[in-house]
Amino acid sequence: MTLTLAPASRARKAAGRTRVPRRRATLNWIATHALAVALSIMFLGPMVFIALTAVMTDHQALTSQLWPQDWEWGNFAEIFQKAPLLTWILNTLMYAVLGTVFMLISSVPVAYALARFRFPGRKLATLLVITTMMLPPQVVAVPVYILWARFHLTGTLWPLILPMLLGDAFSIFLLRQFLVTIPKEYSDAARVDGYGEFGTLVRVIIPMARPAIAAVALFQFFYCWNDYYGPLLYAGTDSSHWTLSLGLASFRAVHRVQWNLTMAATLLAMAPVIIVFFFAQKAFIEGVKLTGVK
Amino acid sequence: MPVGGRHRNTLRALLYLSPWLIGFSVFFAYPLIATVYFSFQRYDLFTLEPVGLLNYRYFLQDEAAWASIRNTLWLVVVMVPARVLFGLGVAQLVTKLKSGVGVFRTIFYLPSLVPLVAGTLGFVFLLNPGTGPVPTLLSAIGIPSPDWFGDPAWSKPGLTLLALWSVGDLMVIFLAALLDVPKQLYEAAALDGAGPWQQFFRVTLPVIRPVLMFAAVTGVIQTLQYFTQAMVAARVASGSTDSAGSVFTPGYPAQSTLTFPEWLFHQGFRDFAMGYACVLALILFAVSMVFTLFLLRQFRGLGEEDA
Repeated sequence: MTLTLAPASRARKAAGRTRVPRRRATLNWIATHALAVALSIMFLGPMVFIALTAVMTDHQALTSQLWPQDWEWGNFAEIFQKAPLLTWILNTLMYAVLGTVFMLISSVPVAYALARFRFPGRKLATLLVITTMMLPPQVVAVPVYILWARFHLTGTLWPLILPMLLGDAFSIFLLRQFLVTIPKEYSDAARVDGYGEFGTLVRVIIPMARPAIAAVALFQFFYCWNDYYGPLLYAGTDSSHWTLSLGLASFRAVHRVQWNLTMAATLLAMAPVIIVFFFAQKAFIEGVKLTGVK
Repeated sequence: MPVGGRHRNTLRALLYLSPWLIGFSVFFAYPLIATVYFSFQRYDLFTLEPVGLLNYRYFLQDEAAWASIRNTLWLVVVMVPARVLFGLGVAQLVTKLKSGVGVFRTIFYLPSLVPLVAGTLGFVFLLNPGTGPVPTLLSAIGIPSPDWFGDPAWSKPGLTLLALWSVGDLMVIFLAALLDVPKQLYEAAALDGAGPWQQFFRVTLPVIRPVLMFAAVTGVIQTLQYFTQAMVAARVASGSTDSAGSVFTPGYPAQSTLTFPEWLFHQGFRDFAMGYACVLALILFAVSMVFTLFLLRQFRGLGEEDA
């Protein structure tokens, strides 16, 4: 800790007491940072051990050793031969990309209407959006499943992708929370410039709401990438329709004791999410803050 | 405004809202009513047979359902407060840091992004006796490690550790709330001679109380849906063969990780007792609705803010 340069007069006035508080401040600094470092080790430890085990040999992964003796980079190639990982990755990408695009197309206008239009039942509609956002998906799972079975779409990922064309409650809510904070003057100015309601949305509101749109898009993409319940319900027994999460959960059952391969696959599922996060950290943090109540 | 302007406004709103209106009707309102209807039927996707209250009577004597209720209750009572307290503690620590705030915040947040299945697999491995680093490190300092996901008494604490590890999203929300507390309040409290603890309990807690309540209630609702981690942990720890083949009975070890939504899923989509699954779904709906109504009260002022 460096000394703070206080104005001379204040320094003189405080001269009698500076010593003890400054020592205490230093101790405080050490204590809080030591705690933060200890916590960091706990938060990062699991990821480090997963990564270390992923490059162990089959034999060593069965022991209690923590550090790899021979770095077996071939594990990452081996998992692609042992399981249809590439198919799973492509399926997951299809689910995540289409799901996100569909969600944006349908949810932005809904959020805009809830945030800006005056119409009877607006408050009720907003409360219903929050309700559907909060209620567990399992509550309506049976009739929805029967519906998709009628259309012969069970056994595919389409029952998870197509509903995104009809809006996603969580995204609508988050976008609405952001859109109500945009001052009305901007849309009034757009109207003076001769834009209609749709023109205002596309030319003025959407560009201003870019941080919120980026956040909900990221959340949706990650939700789809991580989703296990949805694919477990709909993707069926044919592993060529599985996603990465679904395949990963069955991975160890097939390769029972090969923790090294299982951890290599685990690392593979984690890596894209963490890489994307580092490129879009700000959008994320802003988005998470929007989820808290104001 | 000319006559008919209001009508035009309403029509325009309906046009913009139409995706959600259709979605709400097809994927929420209709299925909710259908769930009530199916709960009085025996239905396996092929034959439909009215059975009156049979499904409801079966619920009362369904041992597994009650075991799953006890497990879900355990998670609500232990995991939710643990996450809120830990998240608040970590956020409070970040506010006290004088340097490296960005780095530490990122490190604390990162695990909450790890896909649930990947995180669960990682934890089952980490805590796995014989090969896992945690038992190895514990025994190196002389502490015996339990058989976490293989022991009915330790499987739920194991899942709680996993939940604490991924506390980052809560931490970010709490951190934003803590940084929003007006500085003057602390200065005034300090002038009144309040120490750090008194400042925390007299100033910080009252100011951020709404955020804490919101986090606790959404935490309860999310925990009522707790599914993936329990399912994957049981599956991986038991080493059973997977997926829709349905050899797998969830809840390993000894039903200790069987949550209520898991049992609903198993009844409805593995045993295809869909009528009975609808009874379970209605119970889940009723309980979740109580907490959701509490949340809705927080949004009472919603429509007025800019109208």
